[in-house]
Amino acid sequence: MLKIDCPWCGPRAEVEFCCGGESHIQRPEPFDKVTDAEWASYLFYRQNPKGLHFERWVHKHGCRQWFNVARDTVTHEIKSVYLMADPKPDVQKLTPTGKQKETNK
Amino acid sequence: MVKFSKKYSALSLAVEALRGHVGWKPAWRNAEPKRQYDMVLIGGGGHGLATAYYLAKVHGYKNIAVLEKGWIGGGNSGRNTTIVRSNYFFPESTAFYDFSLKLYEGLSRELNYNVMFSQRGMMMLAHDRHGVEMLRRSANAMLLNGADAEFLSPHEVRARVPGLNPSPRFPIMAGLNQPRGGSARHDAVVWGYARAADALGVDIIQGCEVTGFGIENGQVNAVETSRGRIETGKVGVAVAGHSSMIAQMAGFNLPIISYALQAYVSEPLKPCLDTVLLSPATGVYVSQSDKGGLVIGSSLDLYPSYAQRGNLPTMEASAAGIVELFPQFSRVKFLRQWAGIVDVMHDSTPVVGKTPVKGLYFNCGWGTGGFKAIPGGGYCFAHTMANDEPHPLVAPFSLKRFETGRLIDEAAGAGIAH
Ligand SMILES: Cc1cc2nc3c(=O)[nH]c(=O)nc-3n(C[C@H](O)[C@H](O)[C@H](O)COP(=O)(O)OP(=O)(O)OC[C@H]3O[C@@H](n4cnc5c(N)ncnc54)[C@H](O)[C@@H]3O)c2cc1C
Ligand SMILES: [Zn+2]
Repeated sequence: MLKIDCPWCGPRAEVEFCCGGESHIQRPEPFDKVTDAEWASYLFYRQNPKGLHFERWVHKHGCRQWFNVARDTVTHEIKSVYLMADPKPDVQKLTPTGKQKETNK
Repeated sequence: MVKFSKKYSALSLAVEALRGHVGWKPAWRNAEPKRQYDMVLIGGGGHGLATAYYLAKVHGYKNIAVLEKGWIGGGNSGRNTTIVRSNYFFPESTAFYDFSLKLYEGLSRELNYNVMFSQRGMMMLAHDRHGVEMLRRSANAMLLNGADAEFLSPHEVRARVPGLNPSPRFPIMAGLNQPRGGSARHDAVVWGYARAADALGVDIIQGCEVTGFGIENGQVNAVETSRGRIETGKVGVAVAGHSSMIAQMAGFNLPIISYALQAYVSEPLKPCLDTVLLSPATGVYVSQSDKGGLVIGSSLDLYPSYAQRGNLPTMEASAAGIVELFPQFSRVKFLRQWAGIVDVMHDSTPVVGKTPVKGLYFNCGWGTGGFKAIPGGGYCFAHTMANDEPHPLVAPFSLKRFETGRLIDEAAGAGIAH
């Protein structure tokens, strides 16, 4: 059973959530130039990696907010939870708690 | 040199029984990889082995290998709940799955191997008015498409399955039975095809993982494996949940997501259930094995996974569904639980056909329902590889449909949960 750290509600059990599949998918543009192959790829083709996966989840039985999760599809370990508009985190830089290391500026 | 199995018969069984069963020989050779084959199949599950068998039997290929990274039948073909049926909605699906069901009907004889195919019927339940309408629609579609179907009143359902909960929370309002449906022994299907393919000269190579391809000018010319490079001009891939991994080695993606699907077997009981029962509303299906165990299947663990374990919430939901249907099973214990990684397509219809790489063919996307498709899938995939042209029964199952929009949406059509 996964324990997912909702950015708004804190850690909750997997049964409260729903997975929305691969994240960071961009709709191809401009719309009148998109080929059938590109459109098929946008709608249906997925990376489906064995290992690190960047995916969307929704806290369905909670705050109903969407957010992103970086998760290993073999161990199911959650490496990071981050907001919808955030870029993919650099997993090399993640601490065991799943938070990005502070960079000194 | 060990001798290999001869034809099995009542006589050979009787002779061995009298000799104390010391004369049985291995059913197939444990082949060493050669440096070159005319065709290579990746994945020693039912589909890979059946394809090899039909390539040798129907198309006369002698120099073929099946490469399996673990042991044959260690994937989904040895992990499924063994239900065989053809109760689909669209004509393309029923034509294919009914062809496969017909091959099952003659399979033990064809392979000279008892696959224990038992046509005990497969019954789907409706628990509300909309469910009843869906079952009526399914029954009509099946009959129009040439499959067998019986629409049953609640009274008829209860007469056939006497143990059902008399006052369930989800009332039983109708049933749809496919009398020719049933179950077969999964290991026997794998071993039967392996033995028959081996007898025709196919090399079955276990412990041999494919790690890459040799591709030149868009044409495949070799596979890289954990046991060296093997040259070949044609490669057929049947690796179920690992299809995306193999496709990426060849430089493309697939419209597939891999999920864990769980199943459970209970401790053995006296015979109490003589059909396959499926209840979409409670999310479970159940049959009883010849050893007496209840074989229980559930819905997918709904997030991408390559872990052959499964998760507790799904297991709890399955147990709840079974107890809702049969309260008397509430004290029966699960004996074993496991999961397989299934290759789910957006429209719940497989892909059997060509890929962007010449000489590379895929048989995948069977998701949670490809055991019933093993004979038909193997037969049509062999045809597709031998002729470089899809067999008519699988021509609609091409990757092109995602571009043309001609999906065959069985998830919506037949209302199959998975
Ligand atoms: C719990 C469960 C219940 C199911 N119930 C049913 C059912 O009741 N009825 C039904 O019709 N279907 C059912 N299915 C689906 C069915 O089991 C599968 O669709 C079918 O077995 C797929 O067969 P296959 O030969 O394509 O794949 P598999 O049997 O999975 O074989 C693929 C093989 O490829 C090998 N492989 C993977 N990668 C590599 C590599 N790189 N190199 C070499 N080898 C590799 C694997 O080790 C594996 O042995 C169920 C599945 C599960 C998991
Ligand atoms: Zn929340």
